[in-house]
Amino acid sequence: MANFETVEVTTDLLIVGGGMAACGAAVEAAYWAKKNGLKVVMVDKAATDRSGAVAMGLSALNQYVGISEGDNTVDDYVNYVRQDLIGVAREDLVYNIARHVDSTVHLFEKWGLPIWKDENGKYVHEGRWQVMINGESYKVVIAEATKNALKTLGPLENHLYERIFIVEPLMDGDRVAGAVGFSVREEKFYVFKAKAVLVGMGGAVHVFRPRSTGEGLGRAWYPPWNTGSSAYFTLKAGAEMTCQEVRFIPVRFKDGYGPVGAWFLLFKAIATNAFGEDYMTTHRDELEKRAPYGTTKPIPACLRNHLGMLDLFGGKGPIYMQTADAIKRIADSAPDEKAAKKKLKELESEAWEDFLDMTISQSILWASTNLEPEKKPSEIAPCEPYFIGSHSGASGAWVSGPEDIAPAAYNWGYCNMATVKGIFCAGDASGASSHKFSSGSHAEGRIAAKSAIRFILENNTQPQADAAKVEELKKKILKPIDLFKENEGKLSDPNINPNYIKPKDFMFRLQKIMDEYAGGVTMHFTTNKPLLDKGMELLEYLKEDSEKLAAENLHELMRCWENVHRMWQAEAHVRTVLFREETRWPGYYYRADFPDMDEKNWHVFANCKWDPKSGEWTMMKKEIIPLKK
Amino acid sequence: MPSYVIMEKCDGCKGQDKTACQYICPNDLMVLNTETMKAYNRDPQMCWECYNCVKICPQQAIDVRGYADFIPLGASVVPLRGSEDIMWTIKFRNGMLKRFKFPIRTTPEGTAAPLGGFAEGPANLNGIELMTEPASLGCDVPTIKK
Repeated sequence: MANFETVEVTTDLLIVGGGMAACGAAVEAAYWAKKNGLKVVMVDKAATDRSGAVAMGLSALNQYVGISEGDNTVDDYVNYVRQDLIGVAREDLVYNIARHVDSTVHLFEKWGLPIWKDENGKYVHEGRWQVMINGESYKVVIAEATKNALKTLGPLENHLYERIFIVEPLMDGDRVAGAVGFSVREEKFYVFKAKAVLVGMGGAVHVFRPRSTGEGLGRAWYPPWNTGSSAYFTLKAGAEMTCQEVRFIPVRFKDGYGPVGAWFLLFKAIATNAFGEDYMTTHRDELEKRAPYGTTKPIPACLRNHLGMLDLFGGKGPIYMQTADAIKRIADSAPDEKAAKKKLKELESEAWEDFLDMTISQSILWASTNLEPEKKPSEIAPCEPYFIGSHSGASGAWVSGPEDIAPAAYNWGYCNMATVKGIFCAGDASGASSHKFSSGSHAEGRIAAKSAIRFILENNTQPQADAAKVEELKKKILKPIDLFKENEGKLSDPNINPNYIKPKDFMFRLQKIMDEYAGGVTMHFTTNKPLLDKGMELLEYLKEDSEKLAAENLHELMRCWENVHRMWQAEAHVRTVLFREETRWPGYYYRADFPDMDEKNWHVFANCKWDPKSGEWTMMKKEIIPLKK
Repeated sequence: MPSYVIMEKCDGCKGQDKTACQYICPNDLMVLNTETMKAYNRDPQMCWECYNCVKICPQQAIDVRGYADFIPLGASVVPLRGSEDIMWTIKFRNGMLKRFKFPIRTTPEGTAAPLGGFAEGPANLNGIELMTEPASLGCDVPTIKK
């Protein structure tokens, strides 16, 4: 076996991840840990200043309720989320995040995040729930507060471990005992022993084949370093998962995947097909079919996608965002020419900042095609599918709800704890609580961390991780390095060897299966039972071959395990798409054999669970219980 | 290429054990070639074009060439990030230039205090208030009767 030193770290709370949820968790955990004499350790696979989905920056905070201003109530937010997800939401979880998110946003402002304000000092809204920011350094500011919080517990190096990739949970019977992984910088195997583990490792990208398969492979809308690690960790621990079928497909500016929110919400632009028809009008009858969800405002994201796709797949593309019309309309509303000119200048700056803050590639694409949005429209298109429980997707672990409001069936003691003792989830890691975005993920991290600290104090024993099991995991995790070494130098090309598969080729194989059998871009997001069955058969071969992944170095070793994580997310998805015999979210995916919504049989959560003892999967329906009858 | 390193400008961060770009890349792509002592992007296909390497490079030795499979040649987008704001220079394929400057933070670097100056809450682990609530919320934390 590769000769890696084993480093053991013992803590009370272990936070895995470094993005918004994990940073929120660390800030809150440090506060409660300090009061109670507990230790907190956070482990990030990158550098926390620029890790997670907000690494590049963002141009808006998409969740702000405005409770104290009297703008909206928490119930308003719950109604919005339930409708957008076609009736499938854990209202208790959504409510809990929404009642705390403003508090998190107010902290962001104090920490130094520039939030746009109007002349009366009120936040400038992009839409009802969205506030505009100058967000280039959003993550840097959040990370700074996180580090300052962890420093109150002692030297930072004892509380924040960067560039450590966590592979597997460590168990003590039915309770989590920690996590294991390795450094991507030096040959060290890490064993973190903890009384509770908070999972905040994001969603998953590159499970499906992306539209760009050449150099632009990495230009996914959601970042390529979100690789399904949350889903894998919770699944492997034996946790029940929910909404694994609810993938998200954003419609964005084509290829660069620049944000459309400012155009639709702030500039009130409309999108049309190539013949100038507004698909939201011409296909209105489709919305009636999807009542009561299709007939409310705002129209759910999947249905807006669906209406556009009808035109796109019906041969009426390209679809255009009518940017020039929108800008003209706003400029024309100015009282005089001077004011119009000034307004135009402002709009231009706002439009470009929208990209520069969060999707710089889109700026390069516009500049390289001489596109000035005030002069000509820009093409939009659906991206490939992603797993992102924090946005308009819903996949994640099935977690306990808040004690004061959750129905009995949704509460098993500690808020945001998975069905496995000691595992807490936030952000993309927790399911059925969509539309938390960056700010809500941070708020949920805080909620989960406080709850985890309470769990630790009430279950204050160090779980025992079996030493033989740790050694077995070390061997398994380092195997790709060993396999490469055993075969090194024997054949002409290190990437081509019948005895192993390199992680990138493995990823391409996964993406091809998912794209062609589970309803990816090239299949127009359409699948059926025979296709899914075939996909499962091919996934089984892939699973077997995952034992033959090979890594030349630490970077590739991380890639190997990232792709195993993706593969498990893929399997949970295929199984759940198979299980749900209806098409509830057209525009995200279509079951061609069950094209309609079946409210009577399928207005339920579709949950699944993998049993670590038997290796068997169980699929189950769970009742949707509203907060108010 | 996504991000690429200009050999003449890169000094390998003066022989330290890791370069600034290697430190910051969220996808573990930037790496120092210890023979040439120049950094490079080891897997451009997995680059998100997040520009974090470009922004952090002390030598301004890193730039981005848009993804070859869909971005025509000839444009450039170049940031200059200071401690308070960021300046962007955008060059179009037809030569047109646009410049934008945006603030990046409102507080001095390093000063983000975890509690944000808000009063601590009731510090009750069994209650619904998080560390700075209700102060940071501006009202009592809402609840509903079951």
